[in-house]
Amino acid sequence: MEQFCHLFRRLDETTRTSQKLEAMRDYFLEAPAPDAAWAVYVLSGRRLKRLVKHGDLRRWSAELAELPDWLFEECYHTVGDLAETIALVLGSGEQESVSGTLTEWFEERILPLGSMKEEGQRLLLQQAWSELGSWSRFVYNKLITGGLRIGVSQRSVIKALSLAYDLEPNVISHRMMGTWEPTPEFFNQLISPDAGETALSQPYPFCLAHALNDPPETLGSLDDWHAEWKWDGIRAQILRRGEEFFLWSRGEELLNERFPELDDDILDLPEGTVIDGEVLGWKDGRVLPFGDLQKRINRKKVGPKIMKDVPIRFIAFDLLEFKGEDIRQQPFAERRSQLEKILATDEESRLMLSPEVIGNDWDELAEERSRSRDLAVEGLMLKKKSAPYEVGRVTGTWWKWKIEPYTIDAVLIYAQAGHGRRASLYTDYTFALWQGDTLVPFAKAYSGLTDAEIRRVDRFIRNNTLERFGPVRSVKAELVFELGFENIQRSTRHKSGVAVRFPRIHRWREDKKPEDADRLGHLLAMMPSEVETITAAEEQG
Amino acid sequence: MIEAASPSASELFTLTDRGLYCEAGDFYIDPWRGVPKALITHAHGDHARWGSEQYLASDQSKPVLERRLGPKSEISSLPYGETLVINGVKVSFHPAGHVLGSSQIRIEKQGQVCVVSGDYKLDPDRTCENFEVVRCHTFVSESTFGLPIYHWPDQQDVFDDMNRWWRENAEEQRPSVIFAYGFGKAQRVLSGLDPEIGPIYCHGAVEKINAAYRECEIDLPPTEYAGRADDKKDWSRAMIIAPPSAQTTTWLRKFGNYASAFASGWMTVRGQRRRRNIERGFVLSDHADWPGLLNAIEQTRAERVYVTHGYKRALVHWLNNHGYQAAELDTMYEGEQDDDRTGDSEEETTES
Ligand SMILES: [Zn+2]
Ligand SMILES: [Zn+2]
Repeated sequence: MEQFCHLFRRLDETTRTSQKLEAMRDYFLEAPAPDAAWAVYVLSGRRLKRLVKHGDLRRWSAELAELPDWLFEECYHTVGDLAETIALVLGSGEQESVSGTLTEWFEERILPLGSMKEEGQRLLLQQAWSELGSWSRFVYNKLITGGLRIGVSQRSVIKALSLAYDLEPNVISHRMMGTWEPTPEFFNQLISPDAGETALSQPYPFCLAHALNDPPETLGSLDDWHAEWKWDGIRAQILRRGEEFFLWSRGEELLNERFPELDDDILDLPEGTVIDGEVLGWKDGRVLPFGDLQKRINRKKVGPKIMKDVPIRFIAFDLLEFKGEDIRQQPFAERRSQLEKILATDEESRLMLSPEVIGNDWDELAEERSRSRDLAVEGLMLKKKSAPYEVGRVTGTWWKWKIEPYTIDAVLIYAQAGHGRRASLYTDYTFALWQGDTLVPFAKAYSGLTDAEIRRVDRFIRNNTLERFGPVRSVKAELVFELGFENIQRSTRHKSGVAVRFPRIHRWREDKKPEDADRLGHLLAMMPSEVETITAAEEQG
Repeated sequence: MIEAASPSASELFTLTDRGLYCEAGDFYIDPWRGVPKALITHAHGDHARWGSEQYLASDQSKPVLERRLGPKSEISSLPYGETLVINGVKVSFHPAGHVLGSSQIRIEKQGQVCVVSGDYKLDPDRTCENFEVVRCHTFVSESTFGLPIYHWPDQQDVFDDMNRWWRENAEEQRPSVIFAYGFGKAQRVLSGLDPEIGPIYCHGAVEKINAAYRECEIDLPPTEYAGRADDKKDWSRAMIIAPPSAQTTTWLRKFGNYASAFASGWMTVRGQRRRRNIERGFVLSDHADWPGLLNAIEQTRAERVYVTHGYKRALVHWLNNHGYQAAELDTMYEGEQDDDRTGDSEEETTES
């Protein structure tokens, strides 16, 4: 436990990814396997089911600290984290050294809480709290409440393990799939030598597109180009090799377990196939807004309800490996026609070909592109028919020809300090639109102003603060900004009833008074009335 | 709910729009606007403001006050514990343990004693005289860290941590930068550093105050002005002490890949540290923590307590539930400001 508390402190004391990785690497090398298994479990974000009610934790710690409830709540409000509040109100404690291994703590003082009656829980917790110093008490509370928020993730745990034991991260990702218990056997298997898994699980580097800012005519004849929709989903690569399959995101996160309904269709692919494409939320023949897919990704467990609410498809747009052979050097047109053949066999499949968008000339294509918003896509992708599949963002082969963003004039009403080099300036703004004579907040935006403008806005905020709520200031409604954003969606979580995607500041409208800003109704009217259906005919392209 | 109150007529002072006023003695304590006669608890900017005709402070406050208020200001001073009678009111200064020269101001008339403590801490500090308990009927207390989440760690442990951190950075050839308020905190940090580890440099605003400390024969390790511009020095083993305002300036660039830390009581809460975007937080405060506040208040044996800047509401509520008559006092003192500020370093060092 002491070792783990030390790790936790090292993780907390740095904002640098490299130092976090080093700290975890050291721990995984030094800790005994049973402890290391538990550390993998909690650091990768897995959670125990709730062991103790939060209300009880609050009551019992206030009782031990001899604080009235109102004062404990005041403290909680200031600290903002329950585990930390409890650790702090109980003072620095006897000593920071903790006896017992992490595994012993789990087995004796954490897991048993789940099956205890209240009185037993209270005694166990208060005893542990009294023994621990404030830092180890904090770590102990975090292990009980889950949600470490220490800036590590499954990905960084995988990276650290790969550094410690000289294994490919992808191999570790694969070994961490599925349900497992944090046992020493599991940990030893996790770090065992590569048994040919690297070759099987390795995706190809993704080819990325550049934004097309010039008129498309600059690309020359349309005949050299293949056009398709620019989908708004999760870019991913399907690997179907040997007996296995892998679905990798661009961030090399293994997505297999996120989208289990793809399993059968992927396994039906011929062995030795790698396909590049995009996972999309898809219902009744049309794309679901990205927000829906986001909801699904954010779930730790993919249950039947979310699978029903947000069904998905994999839209395939390129073929990288065929019959076990790397075909990336073949021209796009050839790869594409091979891909069409592979996917043509099964009408029911959730793997779908990205339809070609046809136009006789650039003007007609531009006309097609103007329907993007109704189709819930981001615009068009233009791919050079003769080009190989390149690595990374290479100019000249793939272009994204996106649609213009929406714009609206909104009033700045809240501000918060930024991060990093802008930590001392108010750079994170909340904007509002008029509804009747009140301003309804609808979007937050961070970027888009010049440094000089940011400093001026910062000064305005400091001189026109109405109220402070912790780090947030409410500001006199006076400054108007033109905001751009990519999409609008209904949202019950937002006061305005809508959520906008990728909002950013286009410019400061110093020429406008707050009363000139747009109304919320104006924003609502921009929402696509009904997303059009992409018909089967179009799918065939 | 307790409202912010004005002291009752029986008190030795009232709250005016210029600050705490003792009518019997016709003087103000830590006024926030210019007045004819100002008694100053300590030289932090929110307590010692410019523009009064006459100032009275402790002897050890004088060197910093002079630097702050300019040579033209009329500043007289008293040694700790010596009584001066002003219009029939007995006035004396007693160590508050906050920063060099910081005082609790004791005023007495017809057997009624009131102590205005300014800012104070109970923990020992090598750079100023330690807090002295002064018995009184009415005590005016700050509440900067007036919540029970604040329990200061042992100062020597903090200094040990600081030196260990510095040594580790030095071994990696990384300069160490500690942000600390230029007056008080910076010198306390200096007093805890081990000069064997490497050279110590200070920002101009800090170095200026160091001189005042040395004038008062406070023992600080050797320091050097870190320079204005892009001086080419070997910073690899250096410790640099800078005011928090320097954190966002280009002045820091010359130190290259430096490691950063902040020394403040606010570093107790992890979120505060992360919001400041620094690597290390050292919990070191020149204000009293929660047990310190309660301890000080108890020892004064005061019946009435007025609470100024900080978590006023919580402390007042607690005191009223524990047998005191307590009320909030709406002053313009600011406490140990965590909030970032713009402006020059001179302005910055006036904090808390
Ligand atoms: Zn103060
Ligand atoms: Zn002060």
